[in-house]
Amino acid sequence: MTNTRNHPTQAPPPGMVEKRGSSLWLSHVFMILGVLLVFFPIWLAFVASTVTQADITRPPMPLLPGAHFFENYGKALTAGVNVPVATMLINSLIMAIGIAVGKIVISLLSAFAIVYFRFPGRTFFFWLIFLTLMLPVEVRIVPTYEVVAGFGLLNSYSGLIFPLIASATATFLFRQFFMTIPDELAEAARVDGARPMRFFFDILLPMSRTNVAALFVILFIYGWNQYLWPLLVTTDPSMNTIVMGIKQMFPSGDDTADWPVIMATSILAMIPPVIVVVSMQKLFIRGLVDSEK
Amino acid sequence: MDKRVTFKGWALPLLLVFPQLLISAVFFFYPAGQAIWQSLFIPDPFGLSTQFVGLGNFEFLFSDRFYRTSFLTTAIFSILVTLASLLPALFLAVIADRLIKGAGVYRTLLIWPYAVAPAIAGVLWLFMFNTRVGVVSWYLGQLGYDWNHVLNEHEAMGLVVLASAWGRISYNFLFFFAALQAVPRSIIEAAAIDGARFWRRFFTMVLPLISPTLFFLLVVNIVYSFFETFGVIHTITSGGPQQATTTLVYKIFSDGFVGQDLGSSAAQSVVLLILVGVLTIVQFKFLEKRVHY
Repeated sequence: MTNTRNHPTQAPPPGMVEKRGSSLWLSHVFMILGVLLVFFPIWLAFVASTVTQADITRPPMPLLPGAHFFENYGKALTAGVNVPVATMLINSLIMAIGIAVGKIVISLLSAFAIVYFRFPGRTFFFWLIFLTLMLPVEVRIVPTYEVVAGFGLLNSYSGLIFPLIASATATFLFRQFFMTIPDELAEAARVDGARPMRFFFDILLPMSRTNVAALFVILFIYGWNQYLWPLLVTTDPSMNTIVMGIKQMFPSGDDTADWPVIMATSILAMIPPVIVVVSMQKLFIRGLVDSEK
Repeated sequence: MDKRVTFKGWALPLLLVFPQLLISAVFFFYPAGQAIWQSLFIPDPFGLSTQFVGLGNFEFLFSDRFYRTSFLTTAIFSILVTLASLLPALFLAVIADRLIKGAGVYRTLLIWPYAVAPAIAGVLWLFMFNTRVGVVSWYLGQLGYDWNHVLNEHEAMGLVVLASAWGRISYNFLFFFAALQAVPRSIIEAAAIDGARFWRRFFTMVLPLISPTLFFLLVVNIVYSFFETFGVIHTITSGGPQQATTTLVYKIFSDGFVGQDLGSSAAQSVVLLILVGVLTIVQFKFLEKRVHY
């Protein structure tokens, strides 16, 4: 999804397609307004994470950051409400990386098998894997929970990770990609007497580098942003992930929530995925387009 | 669609597909089968045995007023989320597409909310509209409007729709922007020379050309609003007030885990399974068409 249209290098005749003068101005004004509106909720959360509880509970709260940044973030990271946010951040990191790496590894292997081998049951396996595309975990949530509980995997990283990698999106992506790799490469490898796994590691894997990276970005965010599954599987606060842990920070009943700490936690929960998306924008957009095809 | 060149042997490929098959079997096929199986039984009041009731759970389900209402709620919710995320995204993409300078900067800024988890988005919007401390609700109060999404069903729905649509604007913007950039400039310029004004050009030429993207986003956003908005609803309203924001997925959760009504929850899973199946078929049919396009 790069800029495929060739903009003319010289300025086009005025007033034809590109807008100039006041109209160009107006376009920028609209874009800036749009960006500001989209950004406002994040800005407000940031402001709330830098002021005191009293600033917030006497509305309206200020719209510019206050001086309590380090105090609030320090409190969130080291104490939190039920459990230090640093612990939840580590849990989220392990879960997100576990899902991304796990899904990429099993998908690369099975896509390789399906594309480069003829073995009994190949078509059957292909359709079996295809079926898993149809059902998100939300639909089979109760029985999946029972399975995980039966294995004693509640409050464990395995319990958080494995049920979420049981889907074939990545397998299909790699299959599509492997199909576009010229047959001559496998032919040459075979003539040279290279064993299949040698071909896989020396040729296929290096060629898939960009696809693997793009998929990693998408899967990392998918894993990081999970909510319902960690909510069910982690009853022990020390296993909470940050995205599901925030809701647990709200008091039940009429107590007032500790807004500065909650908002600091919200900002902390956004930082890793935002860094990944913004710094790997090209890969991210590529992964997005690929994974939806 | 098959490779000409393949490797020999069948033990290695079976070994390669084994991890994916194992995980799919344990965490996908078995739970999905359980959901279908459980939907045909009801447990006795003591939970000691189960009784086969055939389609009894389904009959009971569709005679349940709250379940039928949650269908309607889901329909309204998905339509509103889809519109509220598609229209602003299209508008911004059309404007960004006219700009030669700065479009990339706006794109980078607009990507941010995509990285924010739905549950975090819920917390941010809850904070803005909180009845006691929310900034937006306070200013609405100053204007004489008494905002209370805790009691008012329409306001609760409005708030979960806004919070759900917010993050999707980024996603939709990326796809619209790419589609608009791919529209051949010669066509637009020819129309411009013929004297067609901007919005006329947009509706008669550009919109039909990007209609595959539009349709694709329509399906994807509906699927999103079905499944991935659980976090938003759980953090903001917990399905209330009076189940006004209880969507089908939320109801599976609240009946299965909170209400412990496994038979009904399983039957709901099966109904949802069928719905997703239909949506997936629509999506694939459309993708086939897009290939020919």
